[in-house]
Amino acid sequence: MKPSKPYRVFRNSALVVVVFALMAPLLWMIAASFKTNVDIYDTAKAFVFSPSLKNYETVLQQANYLEFIGNSLWVAFAATTLSLLLGVPAAYSMSRFNMKKSALVVLMARVIPGVSLLVPWYYVFSNLKLVGGFSVLILSHMFVSLPLIVYIMMGYFDGLPTELEEAALVDGLTHIGAFRRITLPLSVPGVATAGILSFIFSWNNFMFALVLSGADTKTLPVAIFDFVGYASIDWGGLMAAATVVTLPIMLIALFVQKYVVSGLTAGATKG
Amino acid sequence: MSAVLTPRTDSPEAPAASVDTTSAWSRWANEHRKWLFAAPAMAFVAVLIIFPVAWTGYLSLTDAEGSVRAESEFIGFQNYLDVLTDTDRFWPAVWRTVLFTGVVLFFEVILGMAIALLLWRPFRGEKWVRVAILLPLVATPVAVGMMWRLIFDPNIGMANQLLGWIGIGPQPWLAGQHSALPTTMFIDIWQWTPMVVLILLAGLTSLSEEPQEAARIDGASSWQRFRHVTLPLLMPTVIVAILLRGIDALKTFDILYATKGRGGGSFHEVETLNVYAYGLSFDYNDYGVSSTVLIIFFLIIIGVMWALTYRKKGLGR
Repeated sequence: MKPSKPYRVFRNSALVVVVFALMAPLLWMIAASFKTNVDIYDTAKAFVFSPSLKNYETVLQQANYLEFIGNSLWVAFAATTLSLLLGVPAAYSMSRFNMKKSALVVLMARVIPGVSLLVPWYYVFSNLKLVGGFSVLILSHMFVSLPLIVYIMMGYFDGLPTELEEAALVDGLTHIGAFRRITLPLSVPGVATAGILSFIFSWNNFMFALVLSGADTKTLPVAIFDFVGYASIDWGGLMAAATVVTLPIMLIALFVQKYVVSGLTAGATKG
Repeated sequence: MSAVLTPRTDSPEAPAASVDTTSAWSRWANEHRKWLFAAPAMAFVAVLIIFPVAWTGYLSLTDAEGSVRAESEFIGFQNYLDVLTDTDRFWPAVWRTVLFTGVVLFFEVILGMAIALLLWRPFRGEKWVRVAILLPLVATPVAVGMMWRLIFDPNIGMANQLLGWIGIGPQPWLAGQHSALPTTMFIDIWQWTPMVVLILLAGLTSLSEEPQEAARIDGASSWQRFRHVTLPLLMPTVIVAILLRGIDALKTFDILYATKGRGGGSFHEVETLNVYAYGLSFDYNDYGVSSTVLIIFFLIIIGVMWALTYRKKGLGR
């Protein structure tokens, strides 16, 4: 049944309001990143101003952001790859053998407040002289990625019919062979979903990096605070920094929108 | 399953002749694949969780303070007594955590449901609306905090300018002692309502059309259809959304730290349990007390989760 005309008018105007409310702040941030601080303080130039790239010069050259972008990329990439290596087989086993309790152990990682882990980690890793290095940072991010990957992949494997694997067994493949040659190739969309979500969560992670990163391993969310001083804030630089952090991840999410949405809603409809 | 289908250990490219050289490891691996696959991930999580949680539990019974290497004494449940009678920092933090979580969940679920219903049926331009919905929730939370900090700046922010145009005087927003917490709630609602929309939309799309049709033929109005058909069917998904969002809302840290800094501002106006515990650990190095707060916080989270899953099971049928 087609919706009635008054409803369509109502829906369209409501959606315009929703889209505006969600997009305007982001556009405002991007606009401010192209303003000089003088223009940001001048409310008459809220909408009409001459764009300047000065803030991006500050962010990318003086503030050393190219290095932080590299750090963020490396940590997110390594944490995601390692978590996939550990998480995908684990999720497979947990799905096929219905290991509910074991799955719960992994999913606990999502529930525990991060601060309660940071003190013991900090103690152990600083004794091992690892704090400030990449290995600890990657390890801590895996802690975010792994439960996410296990959760998404368990749902995915639950949805794959076991008949194909059984046919492969009859045809002479071993169980592990069937997993590797039949199930895994069929799971590429699931693995992509899990990997992309893990990358986004690692890129956005703040608390672990705040405690465990050092001068050489600082990631972007921590580096943003370089623009917030005690006395004053470099608003232009801050907005350019915020844009540099968020824009890449938003663009990635747009290109792989389908995967991001299916990952975020994984398990939601099983009831 | 393996009892029915006896695994053949020879793989296709290893013909019968070479079975002896490959089969020992291969047979063992296939027999133990359940744990071979699951154990590494579980060991990783277990080592990184069980040890720290046990240690946090132990620290909460000591007067550990200063350096993590400093000597500490076992003082029993003294910290728990101190924390639970602390009406200065602890109980206000509990109250803020509960208030923050309750308010944001209320608005996120109501708004999320409304938006999901608007998006339920296909329409032109759907793609663009979905893009707008996705962007806030993948944006880095600290950057989102900074963005709103500029918008809510009392002197130069757009928020007060907008209010000025409709004749309302400037508000202190994040800078006000009483307005800071509601403002951070607003930011959380802005960022995470889309998450609820996506979850509920996935739930709506998976609903069968028949009950809708039946209700329509019986002459039910659209409100009646929503109230008595759609909502009950969607309830398990709503609980999942509340559960997922609730866990994260209780643990909110990034936007609070980004907008108000250490200790939740100079009057601790946005200091929730998570922010309080972080401050105790890493600003004051008061590990004994911070561990106590964390254990209590952890118990609260587990309690809320248990209550919600229990409720979900009750609604499942």
